[in-house]
Amino acid sequence: MELYSRRRLTNWLVIGLSVLATAFGLLWLVLVLSTLLINGISAIGPSLFTQMTPPPGSSGGLLNAIAGSLVMTLIATLIGTPTGILAGTFLAEYARGSRFGEVVRFVNDILLSAPSIIIGLFVYEVMVVRMGHFSAWAGAVALAIITIPVVVRTTEDMLRLVPSALREAAAALGAPQWKVIVMVTYRAAAQGMMTGVLLAIARISGETAPLLFTALNNQFWSGDLNGPMANLPVVIFQFAMSPYADWQVLAWGGALLITASILVLNITARMLAAWSSFKQ
Amino acid sequence: MTPPLARPLVSAPHSSEGTNDDGAPPRQARSPISAPAIAPLVQFPPAAEEEATTAIKVDIRNIKFFYGKVQALHGISLPLHDRRVTAFIGPSGCGKSTLLRILNRIYELYPGQTATGEVYLDGANILTPGLDVNRLRAKIGMVFQKPTPFPMSIYDNVAFGIGLYEKLPKSELDDRVESAVRRAALWDEVKDKLRDSGLSLSGGQQQRLCIARAIAVEPEVLLLDEPASALDPISTQRIEELIAELKTDYCIAIVTHNMQQAARSSDYTAFLYLGELVEFDETERIFTHPRERRTEDYITGRFG
Repeated sequence: MELYSRRRLTNWLVIGLSVLATAFGLLWLVLVLSTLLINGISAIGPSLFTQMTPPPGSSGGLLNAIAGSLVMTLIATLIGTPTGILAGTFLAEYARGSRFGEVVRFVNDILLSAPSIIIGLFVYEVMVVRMGHFSAWAGAVALAIITIPVVVRTTEDMLRLVPSALREAAAALGAPQWKVIVMVTYRAAAQGMMTGVLLAIARISGETAPLLFTALNNQFWSGDLNGPMANLPVVIFQFAMSPYADWQVLAWGGALLITASILVLNITARMLAAWSSFKQ
Repeated sequence: MTPPLARPLVSAPHSSEGTNDDGAPPRQARSPISAPAIAPLVQFPPAAEEEATTAIKVDIRNIKFFYGKVQALHGISLPLHDRRVTAFIGPSGCGKSTLLRILNRIYELYPGQTATGEVYLDGANILTPGLDVNRLRAKIGMVFQKPTPFPMSIYDNVAFGIGLYEKLPKSELDDRVESAVRRAALWDEVKDKLRDSGLSLSGGQQQRLCIARAIAVEPEVLLLDEPASALDPISTQRIEELIAELKTDYCIAIVTHNMQQAARSSDYTAFLYLGELVEFDETERIFTHPRERRTEDYITGRFG
């Protein structure tokens, strides 16, 4: 009985510590979100979405930055998603147990955790310097390089979760391997793979460092992909560091906007994942 | 190796109707293909009396199988008769599923697994390197232990295999799907929800869907790998009825752990133990008068 009560006590102690640790972690999240809300909510209004970034002292919005971020994220996703899915497919379906596959997976994991500023500097060196000027293309490429390892990893993981019995069943009907992958394995893993793509988009939509060296910024509206382009993270960076109160308010608004869209992306990803596991 | 047979082959009274009452020695069922060079572990029995002429559809000869360096099958030879059910029985790990997985070369999906020997399908060796395995698999259907419906509609599940090798107009495809689903005794349950996901069906229905999917391709041989072991008794019974119905058209090989199932639904039974074929005979004889002590011990539940 003495042993039993001691175990009960330990149990309560460990539960208490776990709850405290969880609360500690959540506290910061709540603080970050509430600070963003308190400071950013006043900037949210129609003008935020309809006006360009202003010079100091006059009113304006973030339209060009929002549009620039959307354009570059879109291009990065268009480059990164097919590349990532094909590479992930290679790793999961064709390179199982092969030495080469191990190496590719290892390199991809390094890329996955590479600091984004390194990627920004790399693209600066190979694109911006060669082209002679900052450009939206360079920004999109930098973001794509961040997207690819995320998509490779999630694609491979999701494909590996597909039971091999399903592949065998398709192969046993006489389906060649590429048909098994396209018609059966992809279908079984589709929602998980979509989740990976959404998480990658969420990841790049807040990246500042790679854009600082590539797309730079643009005070004006610009549809020219060969020139510098405004984007939310760099505008936030620039405005938040400025001494002008109206710029700082816009920076808070932009920060709130990014956070909200990442939150939406994450929730969508979660719902997709939950839906897929429910369906299985 | 195997000791000489203690009993003469025909000494056991045979209880089936139409027994060889002339006491003649058994006909050599596989005379054109028996390989004297291979020390026979087992002597092959006469074919079922009433159908002595049943053709041998698949002839397995001296099959050895390796998982990497581990040898799992040690020279298996046996015939599969057309329009008959052959059951592979034996304790777990004896190699019966392995043997089945050689017959459509599905083991080749995994690097490191190798088979030697020959498997003749209508006289042509299917283990020939360079053979188009996809076309081979279209001829040799397989149903697995766990139901494996594809994540698509019931209709698309069945149409999947047809679409691989045939381009049919919609109405013809509909007919093929319907007749396959009917043959699998599933039509009445799904005819109003062919567009629903195959995953929405119950386990027993899913397994019948997989059988429908396999026969929709119009194979010549059906391989069933413990098709009922994950199902409840009623579904199992339906699957067994289905096997009895399907054997009028197909050469069927079934792996099973269930002695009653082997006894009920097969015409021939092969007992494997530790990667060797201990005994192959008509099911009735295996279950009434096995020649080998190990067979008798296994079917009576003394081991395994």
